[in-house]
Amino acid sequence: MSETIDADLVRHIGKLARIELSEQQVEMFGRQMSDILVYFHKLRELETEDIEPMAHAVQSSNVFAADCPQPSLGPDQALANAPQRDGNFFKVPKVIGDS
Amino acid sequence: MPQIPTLTAVQLAEAIASGQTSALEATQAYLAAIEKLEPQIAAFNQVLADRAVQHAKNIDAKRQSHQHLPPLAGVPVAIKDNMCTSYGHTTCSSKMLANFRSPYTTTAVAKLEAAGAVVLGKTNLDEFAMGSSTENSAFAATHNPWDTDRVPGGSSGGSAAAVAARECAAALGSDTGGSIRQPAAMCGVVGLKPTYGRVSRYGLVAYGSSLDQIGPLARDVPDAALLTQVIAGHDARDSTSVPRPVPDYTAQLDEPIEGLRIGLPKEFYSEALDEQIDDAIHKAADAYKSAGAQIVEVTLPHSRIDTDEAGQLSSYAVACYYIVAMAEAASNLARYDGVHFGHRTDEPVGDIIELYSKTRSEGFGEEIKRRIMLGTFTLSSGYYDAYYNKALKVRRLIANDFTEAFKTCDVLLCPVAPTTAFKLGEKTDDPLTMYLADIYTISVNLAGVPSLSLPAALSKDNLPIGMQIVGPLFSESTLFRAGRMYEKVSNVARLTPALAAC
Amino acid sequence: MIDTKETVTPVIGLEIHVELATATKLFCRCRNRFGDPPNTNVCPICIGMPGVLPVMNRKAVEYSMKVALALGCQVAAFTKWDRKNYYYPDLPKNYQISQYDLPLSSNGYLEVPLADGSAKKVRILRAHLEEDAGKNVHDKPGFTGVDLNRVGVPLLEVVSEPDMNSVEEVMGYARAMQRLVRWLGASEANMQMGHMRFEPNINLHIARGGVTYKTPIVEVKNLNSFRALERTVEYEIARQYAQWEADPDGYSMGKLQKQNRGYDDATQQTVFQRAKEEAHDYRYFPEPDLHPVVVDDEWRDEVAATIGELPLARRARYMETYELSFKHADALTQDAPTGDLLDEAVKGGAEPKRCVNLLLGRAAALANERNCTIAQIGITAGGLAELTKMLSAGDVNATASGKILEKMIAADDSPRQIAQAQGLLVVRDAGQIEVWVDEAIAANPQAAQDARAGGKKQKRAFGFLMGQVMQKSKGAADPARVKQLLQQKLGP
Ligand SMILES: [Mg+2]
Ligand SMILES: [Zn+2]
Repeated sequence: MSETIDADLVRHIGKLARIELSEQQVEMFGRQMSDILVYFHKLRELETEDIEPMAHAVQSSNVFAADCPQPSLGPDQALANAPQRDGNFFKVPKVIGDS
Repeated sequence: MPQIPTLTAVQLAEAIASGQTSALEATQAYLAAIEKLEPQIAAFNQVLADRAVQHAKNIDAKRQSHQHLPPLAGVPVAIKDNMCTSYGHTTCSSKMLANFRSPYTTTAVAKLEAAGAVVLGKTNLDEFAMGSSTENSAFAATHNPWDTDRVPGGSSGGSAAAVAARECAAALGSDTGGSIRQPAAMCGVVGLKPTYGRVSRYGLVAYGSSLDQIGPLARDVPDAALLTQVIAGHDARDSTSVPRPVPDYTAQLDEPIEGLRIGLPKEFYSEALDEQIDDAIHKAADAYKSAGAQIVEVTLPHSRIDTDEAGQLSSYAVACYYIVAMAEAASNLARYDGVHFGHRTDEPVGDIIELYSKTRSEGFGEEIKRRIMLGTFTLSSGYYDAYYNKALKVRRLIANDFTEAFKTCDVLLCPVAPTTAFKLGEKTDDPLTMYLADIYTISVNLAGVPSLSLPAALSKDNLPIGMQIVGPLFSESTLFRAGRMYEKVSNVARLTPALAAC
Repeated sequence: MIDTKETVTPVIGLEIHVELATATKLFCRCRNRFGDPPNTNVCPICIGMPGVLPVMNRKAVEYSMKVALALGCQVAAFTKWDRKNYYYPDLPKNYQISQYDLPLSSNGYLEVPLADGSAKKVRILRAHLEEDAGKNVHDKPGFTGVDLNRVGVPLLEVVSEPDMNSVEEVMGYARAMQRLVRWLGASEANMQMGHMRFEPNINLHIARGGVTYKTPIVEVKNLNSFRALERTVEYEIARQYAQWEADPDGYSMGKLQKQNRGYDDATQQTVFQRAKEEAHDYRYFPEPDLHPVVVDDEWRDEVAATIGELPLARRARYMETYELSFKHADALTQDAPTGDLLDEAVKGGAEPKRCVNLLLGRAAALANERNCTIAQIGITAGGLAELTKMLSAGDVNATASGKILEKMIAADDSPRQIAQAQGLLVVRDAGQIEVWVDEAIAANPQAAQDARAGGKKQKRAFGFLMGQVMQKSKGAADPARVKQLLQQKLGP
């Protein structure tokens, strides 16, 4: 596993996170993220083999709602904040293929 | 009748209920304070004066027709601008949401209004609540009312500064890693990070979902208790809110706790802590002792603060916290992509991916990008186990430490921040140093336990020093009573900066 | 001796996405309904607006458990939710709440009936619950429109093992799954409404000359009709074989990677999309906004109790107890309510075979006209039992029973009331029949004479007179009685 974040990795993460980065930002984030990663590596001092990961602060289970419809927003409210719309559709540049 | 802004929320509510003053007078007094002080403080992103006045008039009409008044009737409050309201804007102090209007209102805010509180406006924060100084806002930096060259702390710095400057009677903030308690400490007010699940998160714009809680910022402990009383409780819209009755926090507030066992976690009182803060908290411990409390030493080994030869601080809890919070943030903030709401780039784009990347690059500030990048990295293929999963395991170790500690004490007495309010611009260039501002507060969020931050003393240079009282899950009642005990024996309750409205 | 025999075995697994028939979505209470105008069934939660939180739909979890149990799966005692992160405009949060490492259920099987009467057991690897995405609408000039009505609809993803080895098995499996989820009421499984979508993964194991070659696995995404599934599998089997044949060693040396392909409806071919290596990095992690689901024995048994008899078991019972042919038994077990109707009618005293004839005769024709199931045409089990009993007793004849059945759909009247009102009851009144017989003899003296005379013409003349009487009675006279009277009057 790489211990530092090089420029290619920064660009790759930028792509995954959908954030456009200038070359100057690639350099800066690479440096800062590497520093912070070193800091994160402190956790390696701890033996955690048999520890159960803790995803929730307070333990619970089976929190359900009944399957009863409630009013929806309606297209005008739903689309009120849309940067672009076409009729009652959100409008985006042509998308091809699947996800 | 004293000047309205000198009254606590509890006192003001009583004055309105008894007809000594009116909701409209109270609202106008605070709107005047805002008008006067905002040029120096910049606590508010948006003041909703017309709506507040209208709301106040409605309450007065109710009072005049002798209808039953709810507990906060006519009390003017401020709301951190990361809580959605169906009125005004909800910006998170980000360019991304500068024009966003929510179609719905946050449960906690709705409860506050249902209790009669008058919402004066939305307060500034570090963008998307990521930061510890409220400098990291797309709109303006908020200034500390005690010294306007200094930060109010963050990320709920707008709410803390507004309460301290008497621009509102009380406020709501949110706390993911200390964002209520640390600005409360730096501004000399009381703040509570409730037990995770005690207050609904519905409507709070998510930063670190497993850590975020809404809580009050107030003049004193009774105000904080009353606000918590009003906003706490189960909400069917938040699966993680706990269906457990809310105790009457205000009922026995003034009765001291017999034989209260106060634990001092030895890891927190190291060379890393500012001497004056260390001193102030130990004096507070002495005051408790005089009032009949027992002081015991406890240990929180995984919250230990280490200092290397270069003086660089480090802590498992800080590393753990930032991995968890950044990963959750990276996912939570994925929705800001220029398609359904929020900012969208004006640049020509070739395809949807470019639309996303340019929009997000323009809409987010640098700190947000840094955290999204780190969070994306720690979750990504090949790194998940080494970072994210490891952090979740360490989180359990940290939480277990609290469980152990509470076997020998009722509450913990801890520092809130390593220093008093620092100068604007002092830490903005060094993200890691800024992250260390949370070094005493984040363990509490990781463990989910509640913590009350309240003023301990004033420093030599007249800056507030805070302390936090941490308890087991759902021990808010104990925290309020313990906090109130100190408020009564100390002379620092309701500290008021010179600049305040009155 | 060199083995020159070549065998080609397609190895096919299938992921089936089934939209569940809940009233509301998985994590908000917007309606789960197909066909509404765009962005009408949406709320802040399913739009993924800032500050919203998901709340789990209990019904969706129960439907999933029901399907899983019917598939013989183990339902996990503990299951959790995870976020699957990827960017797409029909996924407003840019993450999908799904289940990653602890699915709701695993290790089941589905028995697939084959044409030769045998059955193939296809193993189920896992079935997990997740939220559906919205729809990108591509028929717009120069842009794409996004409709979020479907966002958050509960989706059960059933993943099979690669146990299928032919197009027939794949299609049989897909249809059996459709029948099962409909049977359980867990999904309408309507293909036109996108309730079921398929993602096959296909490769070939080719044995030649003592060497087994494996073609790279191809995954085809998002097929939304049985036809597309069939064409895809057929096409891929042929394409992969042709590609292998052109360069057998290329495969044996593993030069080619797994790939994703898409199906083009216009050409009925699959087209390359991307190598698996460029696959997304979904950055799964536990969903902090939702607590896990814990299923105890009590809850699981409660859900199991709602399953009832499964289609294959019922089909076998019909063949055994009602002595139906495979074809008839199969036809009556396409959906649960039709079989329920039959069973209830039998319980009400209907003779099974006669009842089946009614159901698969006129009732099936009516269902076909209405494009619905037999149970959906709207006859009650009580009415059906009564009509069958009338048939058995000879109170009505087959023709009349069809007419009565049709009337039963519209009217609340009992079959007997309908038969009476319409004059469709068999007339057994000897006096009335004698009047008709006498009239017929009087009106057709030549035929009467031929009948009396005996000889060549007798049989035909007798039949003609029978017909005249039945006509006079509008088909209602009891034929046995008519015959008896005619014989009396014209006999030797
Ligand atoms: Mg899936
Ligand atoms: Zn919805």
